[in-house]
Amino acid sequence: MLDSIPAFDINSQPALTLRPRAFGNRKGLVRILRSGAGRVGVVVTCGLLAVALLASWIAPSNPFASVGPPLRPPTLAHPMGTDDLGRDVLSGVVYGTRTSLLLALIVGLLTGTIGMIVGSLAAWQGRRADDALMRITEFVQVVPRFFLAVIVIALFGPGLDRLILLLGLTSWPWIARVVRAEVLSLKQREFVEAARSLGAGHVRVLLREVLPNALPPVVVVVSLSAASVILIEAGLSFLGLGDPDVVSLGYLANNAQRFLRVAWWMAAFPGMAIALAILGLNLLGDGLNEVLNPRDGR
Amino acid sequence: MPSRYLLRRLAQVLPTVAGLLVLNFCIIHLAPGDPAIALGGEHGDAAYYAFLRARFGLDRPLPEQLLTYVANVLRGDLGTSYVHGRSVASVITERIPSTLLLVSTALVLSSVAGVGLGTLAARHRRRTADVALNTAALLGYATPSFWLGQIALLTLAVGTGLFPVQGMTDARNPQTGLAHLRDVLHHLALPAIVLAVNELALTTRLVRARLLEAFRAEYVRAARAKGLPEALVTRHALRNVMLPVITVIGSRAGMFLSGAVLVEVVFAWPGLGRLLLSSLLSRDYPVLLGMFLLISIGVVLANLITDLAYARLDPRIRYQ
Repeated sequence: MLDSIPAFDINSQPALTLRPRAFGNRKGLVRILRSGAGRVGVVVTCGLLAVALLASWIAPSNPFASVGPPLRPPTLAHPMGTDDLGRDVLSGVVYGTRTSLLLALIVGLLTGTIGMIVGSLAAWQGRRADDALMRITEFVQVVPRFFLAVIVIALFGPGLDRLILLLGLTSWPWIARVVRAEVLSLKQREFVEAARSLGAGHVRVLLREVLPNALPPVVVVVSLSAASVILIEAGLSFLGLGDPDVVSLGYLANNAQRFLRVAWWMAAFPGMAIALAILGLNLLGDGLNEVLNPRDGR
Repeated sequence: MPSRYLLRRLAQVLPTVAGLLVLNFCIIHLAPGDPAIALGGEHGDAAYYAFLRARFGLDRPLPEQLLTYVANVLRGDLGTSYVHGRSVASVITERIPSTLLLVSTALVLSSVAGVGLGTLAARHRRRTADVALNTAALLGYATPSFWLGQIALLTLAVGTGLFPVQGMTDARNPQTGLAHLRDVLHHLALPAIVLAVNELALTTRLVRARLLEAFRAEYVRAARAKGLPEALVTRHALRNVMLPVITVIGSRAGMFLSGAVLVEVVFAWPGLGRLLLSSLLSRDYPVLLGMFLLISIGVVLANLITDLAYARLDPRIRYQ
């Protein structure tokens, strides 16, 4: 069946070779620091998380406040320059990073949850539920998320809340497919059989035995799809569809487009922050994948 | 390719397209305010909205409205753009060729170069060329296309003057014939390269990873053992590697188009992206809804073509 070919598999066939309780093994999580990609990924992602958490301390000013002369190139007082309204670009980048990561985190949790539910139900409930759920999954997968978001925001008005909901409700198919493949294979294993023969019910077996073991590949996929969520938000804001009350990296890039020839710094620094966030999340995903799914000895 | 498979695969497309129509219909009716505004844009007068209500039967029960909407769309009627004063279908279709030109150029560029660079990296595994290519691919994949466009525009177009800054042709100096073609290609180069970078990075990484895997397979060992030259061995391996690569490229049609839209906005390329932006600014909802529908169907078709290509290339696939 062609249907069973994952639509997007950079490096990751579902990790069929996992030992049970991969996350109970603390060494596994430390091992990510041994791979080059994982190390950079952890450092960059943690660094950006720190910036996001400490935004109000790190940012020199309120990102919406006019604090200097407009359109000034980087100086000591404003290391990333000022924009057309004299707002500090560094502050914008710091708060924008927070917005992007917050969005990625919430969407990641949402898609992780939906994907786990759909994927495990499809694998666990037998043929009919599987067929029905996978058809739905395939449908959601072909809907172009970016353009759907454009339409919805154009008609419903901009807002971070609806963007989170929209991306959460459309980004889960990849996760569902990975979970389904994992659960299908785990379901046959001895320790699951053992739990069932000890009298554990469906819910208990699924929640306590199967899903914890299906989690590692999900984490990999979530971190990779979080990167695409950041990219989509940036693209939408770039078209002017961002939430006007919240500074995001795409909002800064959108504003920069009008002043591209006179103020390169307005475009350069927000874009670098977007690229850094995406790079960090991708490397983190790669590193996790190498640790959890050691398939090809790279 | 068995024609039965073709038919079956085509039959799978229909429910998807039906789902997309229903989705579009739901968005029109869930949007705050009057569906007549979603269908007509914000610039109509009372008489125009009354006309739309009658035409789409907006006072009828919802299922009936759905049928009317689907019937209209199936007739190729996507509504009328009040801003352009023409049918949405004609407004959109006249923009398709230039977007298609940009997208297909970028796709050819990224696929050909990606396979080449990926092979190069795999054959020089862990040596300088590989490390350099890997790093470049990581950075290239992480860079948002619109930002890369801004930077390329600043440095290569405005900075060096090697490339034109905007548009598809030189408006001050209209050309015909061969000179026109050269003018278009000159304008096309930078946006196409910028758009290709993300996919190029992805393809390079994918080809490299899959080739390394293939190099450990037994058929490759056998080929090497009987003394085939390395170039020929790589060619054998590549044939197997191309299958997953085609799947991934095909499955990214939606992402690729969204990148194209943003790059078009940066370079003022007169395609769907520019139309999207101007329709957003003028709140021309019928055009936006029509674009969404057409782009979704385009993505479905891209997936279909990918699957058919896959089935053609992989003799193991036989569908019942």
